[in-house]
Amino acid sequence: MINGINRFIPDNLKPFKTNNSYLDMKRTLINKKEKQFETVFLNNIESAFDYFNIKSNQCLSFHHHLRNGDNVLQQVSEVVKRRDLRNMHFAPSSIFPSYTNLADLILNGNVTDIHTNYLNGKVAEVIGQGYLKGKLIMNTHGGRARAIESGDLKIDVAFLACPTVDKFGNGTGAFGPSACGTLGYAISDLEYAKKVILVTDNLVDKLDEYQFDGAYVDAVIVVDSIGNSEGIVSGTTKLTKDPIGLKIAKDCANVINQLGLIKNNFSMQTGAGKISLAVVKYIQDIMNQKNITGSFASGGITKSYVDMLNKGLFKELYDVQCFDLDAVKSYHLNKNHKAMSASKYGNPFEKNPICNRLSFVILGATEIDLDFNVNVTTDSWGNIIGGSGGHADVAHGADVTVIISPLFKSRIPIIKDKVITVTTPGNDIDILVTERGIAVNPERKDILKTLENSGLPIYTIKELYNLAHSITGIPAKIKHSDEIIGYVEYRDGTYIDCIYKVI
Amino acid sequence: MFRSLLFIPSNNPSMIQNADIFSADGIIFDLEDSVDISEKDNARNLLMNYLNEGTNYPSLIVLRINPVETEFFLNDLELLKTQKINYVLLPKADIESLKILDRHLSTYEEKYKLDKIKVIVLTETTNSIIEIDQIAKHKRVEGILLGAEDLCNELEINRTNEGNEILFARSKVIYACTANNIIAIDTPNTSIDNEELLKKDCLNAKNLGMKAKSAIHPNQLEIINDIFSPSKDEIDWAIKVIKEKEKNLSKGAFSVDGKMIDKPLLMKADKIINKAKLYHLI
Repeated sequence: MINGINRFIPDNLKPFKTNNSYLDMKRTLINKKEKQFETVFLNNIESAFDYFNIKSNQCLSFHHHLRNGDNVLQQVSEVVKRRDLRNMHFAPSSIFPSYTNLADLILNGNVTDIHTNYLNGKVAEVIGQGYLKGKLIMNTHGGRARAIESGDLKIDVAFLACPTVDKFGNGTGAFGPSACGTLGYAISDLEYAKKVILVTDNLVDKLDEYQFDGAYVDAVIVVDSIGNSEGIVSGTTKLTKDPIGLKIAKDCANVINQLGLIKNNFSMQTGAGKISLAVVKYIQDIMNQKNITGSFASGGITKSYVDMLNKGLFKELYDVQCFDLDAVKSYHLNKNHKAMSASKYGNPFEKNPICNRLSFVILGATEIDLDFNVNVTTDSWGNIIGGSGGHADVAHGADVTVIISPLFKSRIPIIKDKVITVTTPGNDIDILVTERGIAVNPERKDILKTLENSGLPIYTIKELYNLAHSITGIPAKIKHSDEIIGYVEYRDGTYIDCIYKVI
Repeated sequence: MFRSLLFIPSNNPSMIQNADIFSADGIIFDLEDSVDISEKDNARNLLMNYLNEGTNYPSLIVLRINPVETEFFLNDLELLKTQKINYVLLPKADIESLKILDRHLSTYEEKYKLDKIKVIVLTETTNSIIEIDQIAKHKRVEGILLGAEDLCNELEINRTNEGNEILFARSKVIYACTANNIIAIDTPNTSIDNEELLKKDCLNAKNLGMKAKSAIHPNQLEIINDIFSPSKDEIDWAIKVIKEKEKNLSKGAFSVDGKMIDKPLLMKADKIINKAKLYHLI
């Protein structure tokens, strides 16, 4: 069948209708888990498989707060391989290039189904080549929380890396040898998984403050190392020095300023891309010039935002995951640097989630089409290189959503007739800022009117599309096979697009 | 009139492709020092294709050719056929090389029915500083760009942040240009990561009398443009002066904010207004 944005979806799946359809749906909540026994302490991951009788056909979940430094999913994968468990369903909140053991499990047929929000590296390659025998579902951060609380995603055992755990099973990421800061993506797993196992390398007597409540924790495993917290620093968290990127960032900050969005008590979020971080710097300059104090910044938090909090430019930070070690330290020491769960961040059924309170959000795109639909899941050839993360959540929630991107990357224009994969529907995208001009979604007549006499280079998206083609020529259309290798699930649980095997 | 000229190596396709989006008032497409000798042909071909086939160009294009005594000089001039070049930048210039260039340009103008080709001279030798009065008087010359790096190499002295070592050369360029009503363009600052240093360097050059500055990185342009533009206070003053003049048409002198305004200050106000309009500041 064809869904609400003209994408093919198999008949047995619930099709996406509109970005607001969730308003007509009822929130479904399964019961939160009730622990039957005292928390047990185990010596290794292998023994947890025996203790909880983890067997084939079960669903194991993980979070990705240690990002590319995580070693828990790797260790669990080794046990699954050793025991040759079959038809396993893995549900990590994201998958990074260091998760190489999972790729082997897919190739061997041990893991056949995956739920995740973001996918990169070797696992993406093997799935892209069609080796995953079951289903790949890529949902949003808020959508994952919704899927877990509603029982759409049933988790048998959650293996949750936890930098410090006490003898009551309470856990925190704020400190410890592998500190990673907030643990927001794992809260739904903690509350709804049938069994919850914290994996730590730092056991203490008692925690006064914790994010993981021991009331939900069945077992604690103490290992030598849960990972390398330096691996949480992503290469994409550094500010650009590229003059094109800086021009886009400056124009973006200018648009935001001209829309009057930088005013006292405003709130904002940006991605962790290099250009986004430059936007933060320019917005900070404007705030300083106009003596503005913002209400909060949210999202994955970087040093830039920590500095702004410390300078009093924001009153609070709402942090679902720390993107660098400065953010980890700040979360530990600064009471105004607050943790939020993925549900509180972007679950459409949450009452007043943080994403709905944003004045504006700045996001990236690998492609955007003439209907403003955005792809951050696949590249221009259809290879899986990412995923929504919180993209579709905040794009929907924020008052103004801005996409920033060079008009073409190398020789590939980013504006397409139709994006290869829809991650975020065009109705939720308001403005595209490129180095050669700015396009406003014609649905946002209010924005168009405000920017009418701004002196900014405003074009239609079709004009920018033509401008790009006048420079690069018209690229050949990319063909993909008809074989579906995965699905993009919108935040409300409907299916917005399919991911196809690359030819 | 311009404030900033950005050097772009002509063998760098991505920089050429984006030349029109940087905030430089003009782009210097370089065929000389930033292009390795083995790349000269490729750079020239790339630039020729861009100038012939491109769709978006900078508002002002300067071509830095190779010196007249090199084997590349005449081939470089072939780019004039594109009719997209506003100025030729002559490197290692002295009065003799300027005359040679002038003769060739005259031939090109006749052969290809071109408008008069304007020249900016790059003074980067001690000889060019000595001959600068003659150079500045030449009919083709519309600007002089100081090249401090080569000059200091010849003098066997080091560049400093303060720039005292080039004060004499800067002053010679400024006086020669001002006396001949052409534009004095300051040497680029080679420190691309130090904004404070660039600001000080720009302010120093501006206060001496430079009217524009060259840049070697796009990230330098914002500071250069800002400092070589009239300030808000200057613009406000100039607007006030022009308004008062309109009220006092018959008077040779009048006062603004308690200070006497006569012909030189009126001319200064006019220049500020013209620049402010040109750079979209009013």
